[in-house]
Amino acid sequence: MDLLAIWLGKLTLVALRILGRRGTALPGLVVEKVFPRFLARKLSALAQGVVVITGTNGKTTTTKMVSAILAQQYRVLTNDTGGNFVRGTITAVVQHSDWRGRTAADVAVFELDEAHAVRFCQVYQPERLLLLNVLRDQLDRFGEIDMTAQLLAKVAAKTTQHVVVNRDDPRLTALATDLSAKVDYFGVAPQLREFFPTDEEMYGGTITLSELPAVAELLDLELGVATDLTLRIGAGTEEITLRAEGAHNAQNAAAAAALALTFGLGPAVIAEGLRNVEPAFGRGQSFEIEGRRVVLQLVKNPAGFRQSLRTVDGLRPAATVIAINDDYADGRDMSWLWDVEFTSALGSTINTPGPPRLVNAPAPPAKAGWLVTSGTRAADMAVRLQYDEIAVGLVQPDLAVAVREATFHVKPSDTVVVFSTYTAMWELHRVLERITAV
Amino acid sequence: MTTLTLVHLYPREMNIYGDTGNVLVLRKRLQWRGIEAVVVPINVGDELPADVDIVLGGGGQDAAQGDIGADFVRRAGTLRAMADDGVVMLTICGTYQMLGHEFLTKDGHRIVGTGVLDLVTRGSDHRLIGNNHVDTEWGRMVGFENHSGLTELGTGVRPLGTAAAGRGNNGTDQTEGAVRDNVFGTYLHGPVLAKSPEFADELLRRALARRGMSGDLEPLDDRLAMAAAAVAVGRPR
Ligand SMILES: [Zn+2]
Repeated sequence: MDLLAIWLGKLTLVALRILGRRGTALPGLVVEKVFPRFLARKLSALAQGVVVITGTNGKTTTTKMVSAILAQQYRVLTNDTGGNFVRGTITAVVQHSDWRGRTAADVAVFELDEAHAVRFCQVYQPERLLLLNVLRDQLDRFGEIDMTAQLLAKVAAKTTQHVVVNRDDPRLTALATDLSAKVDYFGVAPQLREFFPTDEEMYGGTITLSELPAVAELLDLELGVATDLTLRIGAGTEEITLRAEGAHNAQNAAAAAALALTFGLGPAVIAEGLRNVEPAFGRGQSFEIEGRRVVLQLVKNPAGFRQSLRTVDGLRPAATVIAINDDYADGRDMSWLWDVEFTSALGSTINTPGPPRLVNAPAPPAKAGWLVTSGTRAADMAVRLQYDEIAVGLVQPDLAVAVREATFHVKPSDTVVVFSTYTAMWELHRVLERITAV
Repeated sequence: MTTLTLVHLYPREMNIYGDTGNVLVLRKRLQWRGIEAVVVPINVGDELPADVDIVLGGGGQDAAQGDIGADFVRRAGTLRAMADDGVVMLTICGTYQMLGHEFLTKDGHRIVGTGVLDLVTRGSDHRLIGNNHVDTEWGRMVGFENHSGLTELGTGVRPLGTAAAGRGNNGTDQTEGAVRDNVFGTYLHGPVLAKSPEFADELLRRALARRGMSGDLEPLDDRLAMAAAAVAVGRPR
């Protein structure tokens, strides 16, 4: 029966490929309809079980980190193709199986958003769960942040062995009481807490320090071209240089390390795995264009945007592009841009009375260099910056034009940082691949 | 030189979907005209300052609404007196609802409001979510609506405008928001004032006029805001 399911899934994938389409949901959907028990049976057979990683920010990067660490010991099955849905997990299983129906994996690591994690648990109760954070994200989808926390509580209750929780997020620690699974925490050292505000802290609440013991703790952090961090992992302390830029990736590393400890892996092995992680899609990836470095930072919500903006301090770009789309996957609502404070991150411009002028801007923001807004909501973003008194050099909705303008505005050996929403990031990849291929 | 006093109600709890941006927009638009403004955050238990010019309040989590509901109602008399006195108020979503007589929740609870505005709100099972633009006497206002409460206006208020794209107060009569004297309520998040500069200046003019100051405001370069508004109108819901 599973053989038939795998064949069905694989044939759907082949058919999609013949049609020239990319897609991870359809094969999963087809298999789900015809063989509803397929996924649960396949996952039950994995020797090391299933890890679910969920939360608002950092799922993709953390999933890559956990997979890289575990891959040193186990055969890992993961939904790394962006199929962030239950059907995507089915497709992942199909892709990891051969035509004879054998699935070459010991452990599955799945990234699922909050709502899909609940649906996944109805099909299969995961052995391990990693809860990263609950922040405002695309609220037009879930309605409210407290509701999102309730979804995560359901997932935690279904987890059978280990729940690993961010001790610095009170909404998460509150739901981690009274679970049948064992609870472990990860966290950041008190002096680093300001880098990682909770939702309340972002909106003026005072920083509360957790007293919960963390099995993995981010002790120190140095932002620059690379992200250097000191991580306490169990009984050991490790110095790690991550390939992906950004403070948030350091917190994700602590999360991944805590989860990896539940497999009984040692600190050195975990650290080695983290060092090898390539940046995930748009999470600190960089491209080289005629000597100039273009660094991509995906932004999806206020907390993530604020953390990503900190990369400006280390990279000191000569130009910065902020690309904001409002397609469904980005979130239609633009109000989140107003929950980000830009002045201190980008550096204020020399103030002249009145709103900063767009043309002949008196001076670019001190830390960000020449500033370009782009994407369907380029004008919205420029208005936001106007009210933070930051001079925008160019408003150019066309992403390809905006990136070219910014890149060739700066000298060779300079850096351009691009902050971009999800769908704009896909387009940017196409644009940059075209430019670099020439 | 007079300093205007802006009160920001419950900035920690009632600040969802960028509503805090309205405070920034008004403050900057005053500052750019050389008019000083102080912003006074008012949290549960805080006393309102004596001489308030503008009151701003945003939307919030339903849970937060319950927590601050009692504090809100404690101020009902003060808020009504301020409204009668011509204080300018811009209230969004949750705060707008609390200015009404009551909020009837889905499960039958009755949350008493402040009665500043003649309207009632009923909880419903589905959310009215999406881009919205509203035709008002201050031009087209754009924003993003996101609410499950359905508001019916009484005879003591008139609608702020007509929902041209979204669902508005209740999804049936196309009215959006409410106005009484200098008190405004709306479901437009966004923040609404960012892309509705004409309306933002109307609020400032009214506040200045109430102080006996000239309502003439030096024009600002709002081309970016108008461009952003035009884009928003053309986007899918
Ligand atoms: Zn709302």
